[in-house]
Amino acid sequence: MTAQQARTHAIDMSSVLRGKGNQDEQNETCIKVENLNLFYGEKQALHDINMEMPKHKVTAYIGPSGCGKSTLLRCINRMNDLVDSARIDGRILLEDEDIYDKAVNVAALRRRVGMVFQKPNPFPKSIFENVAYGLRIQGVNDKRILDETVENALRGAALWDEMKDRLNDNALGISGGQQQRLVIARAIAIEPEVLLLDEPASALDPLSTLKIEELINELKEKYTIVIVTHNMQQAARVSDYTAFMYMGELIEIGTTSELFTNPKKKQTEDYITGRYG
Amino acid sequence: MDNSKIGHHISEQFNKELEDIRNKVLTMGGLVEQQIDLAIKAYTTGDMEMAELVIKQDNQVDALEMAIDLECTQILALRQPTAFDLRLLITVIKVIHEIERVGDKAERVAEMAIKLAGVPSQNKFPHYELEHMAELVKGMLHDALDAFARMTIEGVSAITELDENVDREYDNILRQLITRMMEDPRNITRTLDVLWTVRALERIGDHACYICEHLIYMIKGEDVRHLSQSELESKLKE
Repeated sequence: MTAQQARTHAIDMSSVLRGKGNQDEQNETCIKVENLNLFYGEKQALHDINMEMPKHKVTAYIGPSGCGKSTLLRCINRMNDLVDSARIDGRILLEDEDIYDKAVNVAALRRRVGMVFQKPNPFPKSIFENVAYGLRIQGVNDKRILDETVENALRGAALWDEMKDRLNDNALGISGGQQQRLVIARAIAIEPEVLLLDEPASALDPLSTLKIEELINELKEKYTIVIVTHNMQQAARVSDYTAFMYMGELIEIGTTSELFTNPKKKQTEDYITGRYG
Repeated sequence: MDNSKIGHHISEQFNKELEDIRNKVLTMGGLVEQQIDLAIKAYTTGDMEMAELVIKQDNQVDALEMAIDLECTQILALRQPTAFDLRLLITVIKVIHEIERVGDKAERVAEMAIKLAGVPSQNKFPHYELEHMAELVKGMLHDALDAFARMTIEGVSAITELDENVDREYDNILRQLITRMMEDPRNITRTLDVLWTVRALERIGDHACYICEHLIYMIKGEDVRHLSQSELESKLKE
């Protein structure tokens, strides 16, 4: 081999070395939290939270019970509006728009920001009607559009093959793991921009959990995902960025690979290695 | 001994497992240090029995390496450690490999001691230079293992810096050995055996440096392999 040939055969190291640990691409911000404080009555549940969540990435919130991670998640689609005693100051920007602005229509916001909870909560209707529900309340009744949307959503939630022959069965009759994926299908049927997942797999068996995790990995192509989880290994497996919260404060946020191998803050280290501080 | 870095887990059992691994690594290190000591003594005194002992000890070192590897694998699988705990286990897996290699080098010296035992002393290469080099690399290894035991990177750059001295001595001895071979070709076989011995000692110094590099990864989370001494020092200052 001549030197010339050797040069042309040289491996492009930049492509070889690009891995999970080398995330240096520039990310567009989808959600930005600015100086967010939240009070339940007298009690302050979130203290001056500032963070950015990149578009089409998975951001995980971890932290002990009561640290405010679910509260923060629920702020992103204004679920806390439903709690009478909750009061918020600060801003949350979704694509540069303040979602707490008076002009914002909350129902429209929640169409853009879908949410899935810990316990699967399908409606007591058929599988088809569960997924079609979002469109129906928007006034869509065209059968062709509904059929197509339901199929796409079920495919998106990796449920189509299992469900295509039983679309008219009652959704309460399918397994918990299937119900949870059905709920995700229902959420993505209206094509939101953001998916909020609050402990989506904690009530599921390990295999269903893996299916949900695999699904999250596929869904991030199209949606920005924020997930709250108690399971740190799950956060490590599914997320690109991880935020550690403690007692209502954001302690540290970074790329998941960095946070789990070399966290910057001692509190984070103690929590993820299972130490008492 | 300071075990604050590996202790304080909510799981007391996990603390014990990590402590046990640490102790095994230190036992392995101690054993290899003893191997070097005995090998050099066997080499300089021509004590064949001692040399045989060094060779036998290598089995113990190998067994320890495999036992520690297994324990690390089990912890990785069962506990999915993160952050410092993860880096500790990765480091242990690498450090015991270095220690095992040092053991092999000591064994090499012992084998050469046996080969050279019958050589009349006037034909031998003077021991004092070789002994001096042995002292140097033994000190480096000892300090590296000590830093591992204390889980600190204080003073590790002094250890890696010493490697330059070792390399200089190695070059020195090498030049003398080449001269001997050129003076009388009948010396070549014997001189080569001396060369293997010196080379083995030089490699021990390298392995001590590698242990230091792994240690820096463990403490700082920073990969400092393949850096020059000055680059390494500036990384440590960051």
